[in-house]
Amino acid sequence: MQRLILIAVPYTWLLALFLVPFLIVFKISLSDVELAIPPYTPTLSDGIVPFFKALDFENFAFLASDDLYWKAYLSSLRIALISTFLTLLVGYPMAYAMARAPEEWRPTLMMLVILPFWTSFLIRVYAWMGILSQEGFLNQFLLWTGLISEPLTILNTTTAVYIGIVYTYLPFMILPIFAALDRLDGSLIEAAEDLGCSRFQAFWLVTIPLSKNGIVAGSFLVFIPALGEFVIPSLLGGSGTLMIGKVLWEEFFNNRDWPVASAVAVILLLILIIPIVLFQRNQQRQAEAEQ
Amino acid sequence: MKKLMMSSAVLALTATASFADEVRVYNWSDYIDEALLEKFEAETGINLIYDVFDSNEVLETKMLAGGSGYDVVVPSGTFLQRQITAGAFQKLDPSQLPNLENMWDTVEQRTAQYDPDNAYSINYMWGTTGLGVNVGKVTELLGEDAPLGSLELVFNPENMEKLAGCGVHLLDAPSEMIPAALKYIGEDPDSHDPDVIAKAEEVLLGVRPYIQKFHSSEYINALANGDICVAFGWSGDILQARDRAAEAENGVEIAYNAPSEGALMWFDQMAIPADAPNPEAAHKFLNFIMDAQNMADASNYVYYANGNLASQPLLVEDVIGDPAIYPDAATLENLYTTTPYPAKVQRVVTRLWTKIKSGT
Repeated sequence: MQRLILIAVPYTWLLALFLVPFLIVFKISLSDVELAIPPYTPTLSDGIVPFFKALDFENFAFLASDDLYWKAYLSSLRIALISTFLTLLVGYPMAYAMARAPEEWRPTLMMLVILPFWTSFLIRVYAWMGILSQEGFLNQFLLWTGLISEPLTILNTTTAVYIGIVYTYLPFMILPIFAALDRLDGSLIEAAEDLGCSRFQAFWLVTIPLSKNGIVAGSFLVFIPALGEFVIPSLLGGSGTLMIGKVLWEEFFNNRDWPVASAVAVILLLILIIPIVLFQRNQQRQAEAEQ
Repeated sequence: MKKLMMSSAVLALTATASFADEVRVYNWSDYIDEALLEKFEAETGINLIYDVFDSNEVLETKMLAGGSGYDVVVPSGTFLQRQITAGAFQKLDPSQLPNLENMWDTVEQRTAQYDPDNAYSINYMWGTTGLGVNVGKVTELLGEDAPLGSLELVFNPENMEKLAGCGVHLLDAPSEMIPAALKYIGEDPDSHDPDVIAKAEEVLLGVRPYIQKFHSSEYINALANGDICVAFGWSGDILQARDRAAEAENGVEIAYNAPSEGALMWFDQMAIPADAPNPEAAHKFLNFIMDAQNMADASNYVYYANGNLASQPLLVEDVIGDPAIYPDAATLENLYTTTPYPAKVQRVVTRLWTKIKSGT
């Protein structure tokens, strides 16, 4: 009985917070658009049999017929992959430095990583608009140093989107890597060096493989939300930045086509399921290894 | 479970009852003199909750989802028409609106196109869409005979090429830009024929390389600061830019011109959602807004024309005497209106707009 409850709790959680919302969205994606409240048909009030008869996969066929959608998915994948890689490049040295720092400094350093989270995400992205704009701090600073003579156009480009994503998701990368490095047994490195490894070789052959789980976990935590990101590209990106989150917004608000918007969301979820499953496996394996 | 539902239903009922003296208004941002809101509360004793939005699309999504909780909302004409069809609004009760007699029939005739007999809405403000020009810079680049008041300025690639370095913004609103492009090539701006709309695409793609940005509000500051030379935008916004530049005394002179080929005339209409929690208070709010003095105060503050004839003697000269706000009879004749696109055409339009903006 106790066992049953133990299993039931996470499954109820999954059912209520994932499966039910998903089924609602999936149902709308099989509906047709209509000028009414709500703006699609059929609804359950039409009766059960006509309700199921009216559902079809027309909207998914439509998505396949226009190159906008797969281009947007691909472009989002590219932006998410590149920004995950950049976040790793920036985050790993920071996590490494934190793990190597004296014991008494660590809580402070940890605090510095987490502190920005106390400010609203939206406000922090807006702040980047102030930093990156033509009259912004960055351009003013570069002009002052004499490195550039004309202000750079960074805001409203894909570069600004990368900066925004790397900045926003950096803690998600640092924390798991730090956790992995923190548990690393220092004597292993000493052993490697005793056996003739240079410091770099010891880092490359021992530290990196042993922090692999942290790297994988951090990368997924950045990649998954970055793929469907809407706020950062709409505030920092330009009209040339094609991301699926923005396409979804346009379907929903400009075309008022909830069914097609839902179809876009369903496919986005299907794309995300692969990394999410991989992430779960990685977590599980890690847990088993620790046992 | 049933008991739980019962008790939450009771809770919901009592909650509605306790808010009976409250009215929730959802209007465009920067679109009223806030002193009027306090005046309404003082006069009626009704607690006014005032929220703002910045796009018709956001409003419409809330309306079509239902249960927005607002008592008064302010969609533009074409959006209003579609939402009426969807059953989103309730008919106004004229017996609760004695100030209806203040309204201006010239505007009412035009808004009846969206809302037959004006049964569901009253006009709040109206305006035109046209050219905001940094006079000094544009004449410097294009010469003294620059077509400051013509669509030639933004749709002729030769002019745009010269202006590109100085910055040109267009509205990020296909329902405004496509009619203007069609007007430029002499087509019907209100065409719903995808083949005709495709001709607007050619015009816009021709000047696309020279457009710095498509945005529906940034141009106010950009014009006022002298960051850009030309913006195609809404009349009142450009007039705000003109005044900000004048206040800043930064040497920037901004002018608003309705295109001589004809300008799009738009209307923002106040309406009451079908499921408004407090329609009685909503009517009081509409009647308050239609008061001649109140409407004049609002227009004097936001620099947009209103549909209230009785308010006209109370307007300051800067507003009533400015042909950019209250066009003369000849210009008024030259203004055109548009109707909403059907769903299939709307999709074509949105797709075309994505292509123009992003090249995909």
